[in-house]
Amino acid sequence: MSLKTEKTDFSPPSLSWRFVSVWRRNFLVWRKLAIPSILGNLADPAFYMLGLGYGLGSLLPEVAGVPYMTFLAAGTLCYSTMNSATFESLYSAFSRMHVQKTWDAMLNAPLELDDVMLGELAWATSKSVLSGVAILAIILALGLADSWLLLWTLPLLVLIGFCFTGLALVMNALSPNYDFFMYYFTLAITPMVLLCGVFYPVEQLPAFLQAVANWLPLTHAIGLARPLVQGEWPQQILAHIGVLLAYGSAGFYLALVLVRRRLLK
Amino acid sequence: MSLNAKAVLSATGLRKSYGASEVVAGLDLALVSGECFGLLGPNGAGKTTTLRLLLGLTRPDGGTISLLGLPVPEKAREARLKVGVVPQVDSLDPDFTVTENLLVYGRYFGLKDHEIQARIPALLEFAELEGKAEASIESLSGGMKRRLTLARALVNDPDVIFLDEPTTGLDPQARHMMWQRLRRLLGEGKTILLTTHFMEEAERLCDRLLIMDKGVAVTTGAPRDLIAEHIEPHVVEIYGDEVKSNCAGLCQRQEQVGETLFCYAADPHDLLAQLQQQCELRYLHRPSNLEDVFLKLTGRELRE
Ligand SMILES: Nc1ncnc2c1ncn2[C@@H]1O[C@H](COP(=O)(O)OP(=O)(O)OP(=O)(O)O)[C@@H](O)[C@H]1O
Ligand SMILES: [Mg+2]
Repeated sequence: MSLKTEKTDFSPPSLSWRFVSVWRRNFLVWRKLAIPSILGNLADPAFYMLGLGYGLGSLLPEVAGVPYMTFLAAGTLCYSTMNSATFESLYSAFSRMHVQKTWDAMLNAPLELDDVMLGELAWATSKSVLSGVAILAIILALGLADSWLLLWTLPLLVLIGFCFTGLALVMNALSPNYDFFMYYFTLAITPMVLLCGVFYPVEQLPAFLQAVANWLPLTHAIGLARPLVQGEWPQQILAHIGVLLAYGSAGFYLALVLVRRRLLK
Repeated sequence: MSLNAKAVLSATGLRKSYGASEVVAGLDLALVSGECFGLLGPNGAGKTTTLRLLLGLTRPDGGTISLLGLPVPEKAREARLKVGVVPQVDSLDPDFTVTENLLVYGRYFGLKDHEIQARIPALLEFAELEGKAEASIESLSGGMKRRLTLARALVNDPDVIFLDEPTTGLDPQARHMMWQRLRRLLGEGKTILLTTHFMEEAERLCDRLLIMDKGVAVTTGAPRDLIAEHIEPHVVEIYGDEVKSNCAGLCQRQEQVGETLFCYAADPHDLLAQLQQQCELRYLHRPSNLEDVFLKLTGRELRE
């Protein structure tokens, strides 16, 4: 039986459990620096939430019907998860791909580029979920949520991590050096943080900016997270999930095509 | 001949272009089980590209490859299960210790942790790194790093080992040590494909070699045969400006390179006798070697 399947740069990802050895490599590195890493995950957003939550919150009566600290909690949850996925897939993955030649070593072994990319996707997603969980711990410690619906944020964190890892891996595949990533922060991450409802409801924006915000994935992450933190079922669940999945999948596939062209030429 | 029957690795009509330049331009080679095969060529000749093609890390524009009986690139991943690679550019994991490097690399082959752990002491012994098991990579010397890279390439007990310039940048001690290790592997029946810029290394280690230039094979054969085929047995190098003299009749062939005159002779007696009379001249008499062959076939001008 000979089925001729010529692989091209545009072939769909070949998914295999082999990615686990890539994930474990990154996990072993992380474990060595786990304590400072977890402290960073906790302390940074905690100060953010406390500072803004009390500082600004004391000036505001209520935002969208809840205390400002509670409002901010869901935004911070999504924003931190996005940030963690982004940093891991930009700076850390780039140093593994380009600087340390870690990927080259993997490719000399019986791993394919698809395995390596899937391993990186799984790893950055895992790491971002961990950052999200740190925020959940803060939310619980501050007594900002008391509904079991909060548990639904766990699968949501996986989806958010997947979405922003997929997108950031595109930048990784395109980048000639570390400086290139500033474009992504300036043109994508910062606008999302400021427009997508982290700090205030998107409805406060003029109509055209709301329309922009509706195209951005962070808006949809927050659209799901905020009701869950406040103990309500979100509206338009499938639409939000669809947008996040679409951005993540399209990003990952594009990143894979680009990285195949870059490394296997 | 039954060369292909026993071939562990074979390639025919291999081609690869980058843009307008054809980096590998129709290369044929076949490695027999247990031999050490050298791939030589000036900088940019296409050696590393050839190795990458053979490993299935880049798609050829033409030609067929079979590695350990499997077609490449289609089944390259499966073939690499039984291949070890020492790349030209160091790719040790700087985040890990020596032992962790071996452990993590073994996992890429799907080996279980206990299987890898069981092999690590022998690998450290092989690389003479027993005392460095917990050392960080940055604390290792260049020679140690190269030996660790070799040990890492052996973690899966490969049948074929690819080595891309394994001794470049090493001091003579470290180079000799590397040679001993490679001989030990050949003694164990491994097949080796080696690239190098040290002709001495190729002459000592390789059963057969292929000299390539600009993507094509210039010649191939056993080192001794190549020397016998291309160069007279004796070489006399005469240094200085004023040598233009009358050596011509005393050797088969001569070549002026800068201020040095190379005289190639089947029998150098008369030439040497004449040189001894001109006591102001500095000269060196030596047997011909692989470097003479290499320079004759690939030219003396610099690449790149
Ligand atoms: N990915 C690539 N893209 C474009 N050109 C390339 C690429 N890889 C190699 N080349 C070019 O192909 C030619 C052969 O390169 P290769 O690395 O195979 O040579 P080499 O024989 O290994 O040289 P060296 O002895 O310097 O290691 C060089 O001119 C190089 O610039
Ligand atoms: Mg090379």
